[in-house]
Amino acid sequence: MDQFLTFGIVGLSTAAIYAVIGSGLVLTYTTTGVFNFAHGAAGMLSAFMYWQLTVGWGWPVPVALVVVLLVLAPGFGLLVERFVLRPVQALGEAERLVMTVALLSGLIATARWIWDPNVARPLPMFFAARKPIHLGPAVITWHQAITMAVAVAVAIGLRILLYRTRAGAEMRAAVDDRALVGLTGADPVRAGRVSWILGTQLAAIGGILIAPTVTLDAAQLSLLIVSAYTAAVFGRLRSLPLTFLGAVVVGCMESYLTGYLPQNEYLPGLRLAAPAFLLFLALLVFPHRRLRGRERRLARVPVPTARGTLVFAAVVIAFGAVLASLLGEADLITYGAIFSLGVVALSYVPLAGYAGQVSLCQLSMAGIGAVVWGHLGAHGQLWALGAAILVSAAAGALVALPALRLSGVYLALGTAAFAVILDRWIFGIPAFHVFGLRIALFDQGSVDVSGPRLFGLRLDSGRELMVFAAVCLALASIGVAALRRSRFGRRLIALRDSEAAYATLGGNLLVAKVAVFALASGIAGLGGALYGMQQRTVTADQFSLIAGLPIFLVAVVGGLGAVGNGLFAGTAFVAPTNALIAIAPGTANLVALLPGLAGVGLGHNPDGIVSRFRRQWEPLARDRIALPILLCVLALAWALRFTDVINDWTYYGGSLVIAAALRAWASARQAEPAEPEIPVEWWGLRRAWRPEDEEVLARGVAAG
Amino acid sequence: MSALLELRGIRAAHERITVLHGVDLDVAAGQVVALLGPNGAGKTTTLRVAAGVHPAESGQLVLGGRDMTGADPRDLARAGVCLIPEGRGVFPNLSVRDNLLMMTFTGRSREEIEEIAFARFPVLARRAGQAAGTLSGGEQQMLALARGLTTDPAVLLLDELSMGLAPLVVGRLYEQVGEIARQGVAVLVVEQFAAAVLDICDHAAVLVRGRVERQGHPDGGLRAELSALYLGSST
Repeated sequence: MDQFLTFGIVGLSTAAIYAVIGSGLVLTYTTTGVFNFAHGAAGMLSAFMYWQLTVGWGWPVPVALVVVLLVLAPGFGLLVERFVLRPVQALGEAERLVMTVALLSGLIATARWIWDPNVARPLPMFFAARKPIHLGPAVITWHQAITMAVAVAVAIGLRILLYRTRAGAEMRAAVDDRALVGLTGADPVRAGRVSWILGTQLAAIGGILIAPTVTLDAAQLSLLIVSAYTAAVFGRLRSLPLTFLGAVVVGCMESYLTGYLPQNEYLPGLRLAAPAFLLFLALLVFPHRRLRGRERRLARVPVPTARGTLVFAAVVIAFGAVLASLLGEADLITYGAIFSLGVVALSYVPLAGYAGQVSLCQLSMAGIGAVVWGHLGAHGQLWALGAAILVSAAAGALVALPALRLSGVYLALGTAAFAVILDRWIFGIPAFHVFGLRIALFDQGSVDVSGPRLFGLRLDSGRELMVFAAVCLALASIGVAALRRSRFGRRLIALRDSEAAYATLGGNLLVAKVAVFALASGIAGLGGALYGMQQRTVTADQFSLIAGLPIFLVAVVGGLGAVGNGLFAGTAFVAPTNALIAIAPGTANLVALLPGLAGVGLGHNPDGIVSRFRRQWEPLARDRIALPILLCVLALAWALRFTDVINDWTYYGGSLVIAAALRAWASARQAEPAEPEIPVEWWGLRRAWRPEDEEVLARGVAAG
Repeated sequence: MSALLELRGIRAAHERITVLHGVDLDVAAGQVVALLGPNGAGKTTTLRVAAGVHPAESGQLVLGGRDMTGADPRDLARAGVCLIPEGRGVFPNLSVRDNLLMMTFTGRSREEIEEIAFARFPVLARRAGQAAGTLSGGEQQMLALARGLTTDPAVLLLDELSMGLAPLVVGRLYEQVGEIARQGVAVLVVEQFAAAVLDICDHAAVLVRGRVERQGHPDGGLRAELSALYLGSST
């Protein structure tokens, strides 16, 4: 009984922290309409700051608290509001979601960069020297008591602010209709600022309170947020009392699982994954209201031409072949991921680009593909690659079933929970037998993966595998382009534009969603198998949620609708970071920031970089003089490099410079002489009416 | 009678397409002016420019003799311009009471505002705790119109008050509009149902393709020309 009480008190004090963090989430969501994935990371950063001030520099605790809570946290909240969220305020939910995901991965990278993760940083509890309080048989430490008191104070304070003051009403009104807030004499920007300041402060309080009870580790602290997400979802992201109830359920469950979960080799991961499980369940059980508000502009999905797609596929293979011919064995493993992770990134195009389903578990699907191939394809049988794709597709279909009830931010949360369940629990369990069939995962360590056997040839060297991966990426890109041009592709875009309209027109939501999830997971599984082949051995860590976030970010930056995204995301994710590390080895932590920064840059280029690249390079591709020159120069440069006449840097740098110069020349040659701007209403009078004018006018009117 | 709201040569565009080509309009205190015209004539844009929600490319917006060209919607609201936008001008996720709380920016207390609004629209009192998005269309429009009553505006701009409402409800709402005007408020009304509004307005202007084609007293002459103007046969 005493044990039960002790675990209960530990659970309640953890619950109090989740409640504080969760209510911060609810606050920013109800007042800005943004679900802040980086909320926990802000708390993590505050905890590190607090450690730095108190333990690192020896400041007195009250001073450090004031500095962190009243200076640093509000300042950080203002920065985030101004530079991260305001640029994407008018864009869709996916873009706003991406910004906070970018922030999450950027903050983890920053913390690891500033504070070396290999140094232990213990934080003392509050009033650790005082004797604990005895209440009957129960013992409560001062830290626990303070934590609970803070949670209650936060609850009361927030309730009064949001529902009893005009400032609170303004903040909630700004989510409903920003324009109307201006008409009622209030400033929507100020309302947003206030809620970011408050939200960050709440995260900071939570971070500082929880840090002494766990290890101060960037990723682990940021992911404690999963428990707070669960609490917030209990409150349906709106209700503070239900959020507190949710926090109590999660906190106590974690505590009692620690105390009473039977000890065997299959279950320890379950305790770690329990909040994610509960999150998944809560998402499914509680009905969710869609946030009412204005329809946002949806990005257009370009239709690739058949010829352009084939040319692109040829370029991918040529790129792979050139790299394979020039790189050393170690570099082949590093840069081979351009193509295998490119395939994983390509899986976002049908799923998120066409069907508008934001999934954060694509890399986990890749992990399933890698494991299946590793076990079944040990002798390189090609059918095992098919099996890897099919098993991943089946897992994807499994995710799609609950996902039918979810959309937008809830879907992102659900898939994130799925990824956490996989990497904390499922990937960690040892091999087991079902109906006499041995099912093995990562064997609680690493799995050896070997290359495939193709037409009697064993592809085993890094060189062969890189070309094989490039061919797979080319084929997958052709497949996705064909999907865009097909009836099913148009259906998916219709589904993205309006699920209700899609269903009214006789479309079957279940079939379409399951199909697109299965398809995307199959592609990701293929990518995972290729990645495994190149890496030779894989571990569960390589396929965790945190590892997958940067790939998602780079894919969004590339533009989810573009088929060229696979090559772009793979290259942009793998090449610059590794090249930077090669130049300056000290920057290893700094480069981890890059995807985060790239995500933040999204606000300035919402349609994606791939489509801009395409526009910029198209003149060169169509030029009958410049293109052959370019091909000849590239071939010559390759020959020089292959015979070791020039070095790597001259080759890659020189090729880029020559290509850029030819592009500029080609576009200058093709540019029509600039004509004076003629006002729209004079079109057809002062200059001839053009066939495309009607389209321009129609789009202009629709946008207004 | 000097005008309270003056629009002088307003030009405005949606991206590259100019929709207002120099609109001149005066609304005097206590006057109801109807702004009529076919779809796409620029009626809503005119109101949005007057409330500062849409930027004017050129021209002047004068409020009570003060030049307010280019002012923020917030500043215009505080200076006494009240736009009830098309659709429902309420915050759907806020309760009726919180919606009324949003009207306290002129310095009136919450209690006073509730008193005025509930006296004029008793049904709102029964729905005080309910989310505004769950009210019926007419009730939502009443709540939106309550902003025009409780914030003592100098100028009231109404956009399609009748949208999606039963004719009986529309009639009652326009009775309230007439009453607001009698208290000395300048009212500019945009309306599709020309007949409904011609009966209560003092002055009407017909906007066709971004220009005021005809304005004057809403007498038989203007009524007769209206259909020709709507159908565009006069140009």
